[in-house]
Parts: sequence; structure tokens; C-alpha cells
Amino acid sequence: MLRLYQVPLRSRLLLGTAHYPSPAVLTDAVRASHCEVVTVALRRESGGERAGQGFWSIIRGLGVRVLPNTAGCHSVKEAVTTAHMAREVFGTSWIKLEVIGEDDTLQPDVFGLAEAAAILCAEGFEVFPYTTEDLVVAERLLAAGCRALMPWGAPIGSGRGLNNLYGLAALRAHFPDVPLIIDAGLGVPSHAARALELGFDAVLVNTAVARAGEPAKMAAAFAQAVEAGYAARLAGPIEPRDLAAPSTPVIGTAFRG
Amino acid sequence: MRILFNGAWRETAGAELAALLEELGYGDAVVATAVNGEFVAAAARTRTQLSEGDRVEVLAPMQGG
Repeated sequence: MLRLYQVPLRSRLLLGTAHYPSPAVLTDAVRASHCEVVTVALRRESGGERAGQGFWSIIRGLGVRVLPNTAGCHSVKEAVTTAHMAREVFGTSWIKLEVIGEDDTLQPDVFGLAEAAAILCAEGFEVFPYTTEDLVVAERLLAAGCRALMPWGAPIGSGRGLNNLYGLAALRAHFPDVPLIIDAGLGVPSHAARALELGFDAVLVNTAVARAGEPAKMAAAFAQAVEAGYAARLAGPIEPRDLAAPSTPVIGTAFRG
Repeated sequence: MRILFNGAWRETAGAELAALLEELGYGDAVVATAVNGEFVAAAARTRTQLSEGDRVEVLAPMQGG
């Protein structure tokens, strides 16, 4: 069973809550995904608005664990302050730490990320850093106290899947015992299955479900893909080879010799 | 006094952060607060004095990925 900061989870699919056409569709998608963790955020809200309160009420009603993020933060200071605010509002020390370094790709600022992770881990947060597949950055994050990593598959919302298979496989091989969750960039369920086949422990999906023609059906499809990918990993996939190898035994083949 | 509230300048009569939230109609809403980039816990809002030019952020739960 997957364990994230000592919390056992049956589902290896984490779901984002943004971009759904309506709260009802979000609710249906979360249920169809059978996920146990959803990501949430904090945003400015005026006193007269109650959109955030309504949203929070819906999420609490779903009975899932929340993983607040620091999305939109471009500096260590912003990310750390947002984490403090999220801990109070959501009542959890879990934080998906994002420090964005570049707006076109939403690539993490890995230097700021490591610095913010060190601060937050020292303060007792359980940090899930949104990072790249860079091994040295991963080492720094683990040294800072992170006990799970969230490497990107591709830029957020791009739907491109696993851009750097070699780099991601190397990350998996280098840290065999660290929970690794592919976060960002997945577009279709086969991307999620591939991530689990490669040995990643879980995936976080948002846009691919929320922007699908039928989000609840896509959420269910991702759930099946994650289960299939994990089962395949356990079953021991064969190694690819360059040339054909007959699957039908050649001994006793007719008309030979 | 004038403060920068959620990115917009506005006048307020509230001397403390808690009074400002009351003035702006937050009531019992679940929100988190920061002043000048520093988190202010809910329990500390009544003793957090505001000054001219302070930057106040009030954030609520929202959808996120």
C-alpha cells in the first residue's frame, strides 16, 4: 500500500480540483476517480464573495484528504507564507510546494524550491515538492527533509505525458525507496499507466480530467490506468529488444528440413 | 488610513486586522491572513495593529491543481 508521510492510501491517483465546468462535475469526477487525495489552493476573496467557502464545503463533504498547494508563488517568501496560511485554513501540515521559475513552462525554480523546502520541513511541514527529474535537486530536497517528491512529467496543463523517460527512469532507479509522484503534464490515461509501469508510486492529474469532454468518465479511465500500470509493474514487464523473437515455438515447425 | 488590501488601495477605519475583516464583511468565513508578507494566525488578528501603507492579504480556499 502506498504511504505518504505515514498515511496509507489505497488509490495511487491524486486529483486536482481546478478547471471543472461546475462543482457538480468536480464532485462526480472525484467520486469516479476513487482518489483519496485532492489538491486545493488559496486565492484572494472579498468579504462579500463566498465562492471559496462553498468550494471548501464541497471538498469537506467528499471525505478526502487535501493537499494544499503554493501555486502561483514565484519566491521563497511567497511560498513559505502561503504554506503557513494553508496549514491554518486546511488544517493539515501537508503542502505541495511550488516555486515557479519561468512563466511559459511553469518550470519550478529548483533553487528557491530547495530553500523553501528546508524552511518548511524544519517547521514541521510535510512537504511534497513539485520538481523536475534532476537528480541533484532531488538529493537536496531529500536532504532538506522531504519524504516524497513530485517530479513533473511535462509542463503543467500541457498534456504531453512523460517528456523525459530516461531522466524519470533514472530518478526512479536512483531513489528506489522514496515515494515519487508524477505531477503535471499528463494528458491521457496511457501516460498514467506508463508512469506506474516505470515504477512511479502515483500520479497527480488535473487538467486532463477537468478539461475532458466528460470529466467523470475520464477520471474513471485514469483510475483504471493507474491500477493497470501498477499491476504491470508488480508483474515484471519484459525488457524491450531490437529484433523479433518468435512467440510461437519453432521446434517442430512443419516444412523445414 | 490607506492600506493595500488584496492588491487594491482602500481606506479603512479598522485599527486592527480583526476589525478590518469585520468591516469588510468576512464574518465567520474561513480565510487566512497575512500582513506585509508575513502570515498572521487567526488568533493573532485582534492584536495585530495596522499602519498606513500596510499590505494585507486575505485568502480563501480555492480550486487548485
